[in-house]
Amino acid sequence: MNRIPTKLKENKKLLSIYFTAGYPSIDNTTTIIQNLEKSGVDMIEIGLPFSDPLADGPTIQASSTQALKNGMTTELLFNQLKDIRKTVSIPLIIMGYFNPMLQYGVEAFCKKCQEIGIDGLIIPDLPVDVYNEEYKAIFEKYGLINVFLITPQTSVERINFIDSISNGFIYMVSSASVTGSSSGFGEEQTKYFKRIANMKLNNPQIIGFGISNNETFSQATTHAKGAIIGSAFIKHLTNKGVSEINSFVKSILN
Amino acid sequence: MNYNINEKGYYGEFGGAYIPEMLYPNVEELRQNYLKVMAEPEFQKEFNQLLKDYVGRPSPLYFAKRLSKKYNTKIYLKREDLNHTGAHKINNTIGQILMAKRLGKHRIIAETGAGQHGVATATVCALMGLECIVYMGEIDIARQAPNVARMKMLGASVIPALSGSRTLKDATNEAIRDWINNPVDTHYIIGSVVGPHPYPDMVARFQAVVSEEIQWQLQEHEGKTKPDYVVACVGGGSNAAGAYYHFLEDTEVKLIAVEAAGLGVDSGESAATSVLGKEGIIHGSKTLLMQTNDGQITEPYSISAGLDYPGVGPMHAHLYKTGRAEFIAITDDQAMQAGLELCKLEGIIPAIESSHALAVFKQKKFQPEDVVVLSLSGRGDKDLQNYIDYFKF
Ligand SMILES: Cc1ncc(COP(=O)(O)O)c(C=O)c1O
Repeated sequence: MNRIPTKLKENKKLLSIYFTAGYPSIDNTTTIIQNLEKSGVDMIEIGLPFSDPLADGPTIQASSTQALKNGMTTELLFNQLKDIRKTVSIPLIIMGYFNPMLQYGVEAFCKKCQEIGIDGLIIPDLPVDVYNEEYKAIFEKYGLINVFLITPQTSVERINFIDSISNGFIYMVSSASVTGSSSGFGEEQTKYFKRIANMKLNNPQIIGFGISNNETFSQATTHAKGAIIGSAFIKHLTNKGVSEINSFVKSILN
Repeated sequence: MNYNINEKGYYGEFGGAYIPEMLYPNVEELRQNYLKVMAEPEFQKEFNQLLKDYVGRPSPLYFAKRLSKKYNTKIYLKREDLNHTGAHKINNTIGQILMAKRLGKHRIIAETGAGQHGVATATVCALMGLECIVYMGEIDIARQAPNVARMKMLGASVIPALSGSRTLKDATNEAIRDWINNPVDTHYIIGSVVGPHPYPDMVARFQAVVSEEIQWQLQEHEGKTKPDYVVACVGGGSNAAGAYYHFLEDTEVKLIAVEAAGLGVDSGESAATSVLGKEGIIHGSKTLLMQTNDGQITEPYSISAGLDYPGVGPMHAHLYKTGRAEFIAITDDQAMQAGLELCKLEGIIPAIESSHALAVFKQKKFQPEDVVVLSLSGRGDKDLQNYIDYFKF
């Protein structure tokens, strides 16, 4: 059974955390995942690093570059994760760009994800229509949920289309930006959060991009099912390493 | 066989728009409008007028007598080097700035490697009074100081790309990120037939004026509209796309695409994408690109900054895959010698990119009656320091 729908049914606001696999050190992957779960995080996005992350700001770019320098590869990540389900039970999602998956072979990639116990994928540069026509059947065969993004510029018609082909949650990008660039939410974002909430979509929304602390987490989850933190967590890892993950998570949730 | 784009934005299996959702509204707006706008008589009139009065078109089709004699064939040079700003790049930036105005955009962004496209963009922004921001790899900024100065004189802001390998591909990433951050008022002028659909097709159409002119100019010279061969260098592929465009479907016209082999195709320091690349996705397009087995994009090398790109446009990937075009890889040394030869034989100092195309005459034998049209994509002024360093003048 896929863990994402079950998690989404819990009667609470969800905190999802993104980290780049292979950063800060090559062998931090399982430690980070286990510590995040222990600290009370609801869902984890494991970033498969890419040389050219178009949708990411400087923080995630730098962590990706470092992870690749450290020697992270698709195969190595799968190896590191092979026993993860012995210790971790929250939903795990792989977030990465499409080219490394294409080179691995989309079907082989999905199959491996299923074997490990990955629940979903977020692939920012795999367009909705291409997924729908060419890859949906493969993802479904291996029980994977594909998560799509919407932004403040996405038309109502397109949001409805995305909702119709989603079967987990919708990743709501908070503002017109790459990751890590916003500092707090203003009126414009609140209006957008409310507008989407009022659409009463089939799939719950989880808001990401620009969430960095307790305040922005609360603002986002007032209007959505949950929120995703990426760059702020990477910065925390840069400054404090993997040992103080608990204090970071507590600072968001308290 | 069809060598043009299909209604879904693909050349065969290559192309498409592999972009994050954040870019979708921008790219979709362009996709829905570009053909309509280009077909407007007013647009056509303004575009053609500027090409004539401002760029200096038509560019001559020059019969290179001494070069022809040396290689015992008939060589015509399409003189894009004589355009304003010194290369074919301006054909595209004129078209795109008019497009941007029709779409109501008032902020222009661009990427540049050597600075030729950056200069061509800064030029048309000055012409139209629009804000211009050019992303350029930190390493290229250091290598191409004169073009950086030109862009600044023309009023553009030049922003260093500090990520990744700090060259053209990273400058392109930064421009795309800027567009994500500025989705409403900004138009991104891409510099070649690369990027998500509709860019490859739109840029090819703006460059198509080159082969349109070749047809009637050849009629004047040779009494026929089609050459036996069209030769062009390929970085992203825009000068080649322009020179091929009206001959794509006519297989009697043979197409030759010249890539930069750098220090040699097997040296590890090369930009010969057709040989070294595999299918994948770069900058929103499914095409051939140089990458690791793991799908990480690798850094190319060529002495010519304009050919130093790890991908090719999807049109060229298709021309390669179908065998419609013959791909030839030329090393730094072969190109530099061919460039110098053109100086000596014809009194023309070519851009090092174009020198790569010129080097085919030593690699491939043509018949005496063959009519070979070569796209002389740019002039060598920008490369003077490179020529000086190489030949120790
Ligand atoms: C003179 C010249 N020729 C060719 C190129 C390569 O670009 P493309 O393959 O798009 O024509 C460049 C790029 O900067 C250039 O400046």
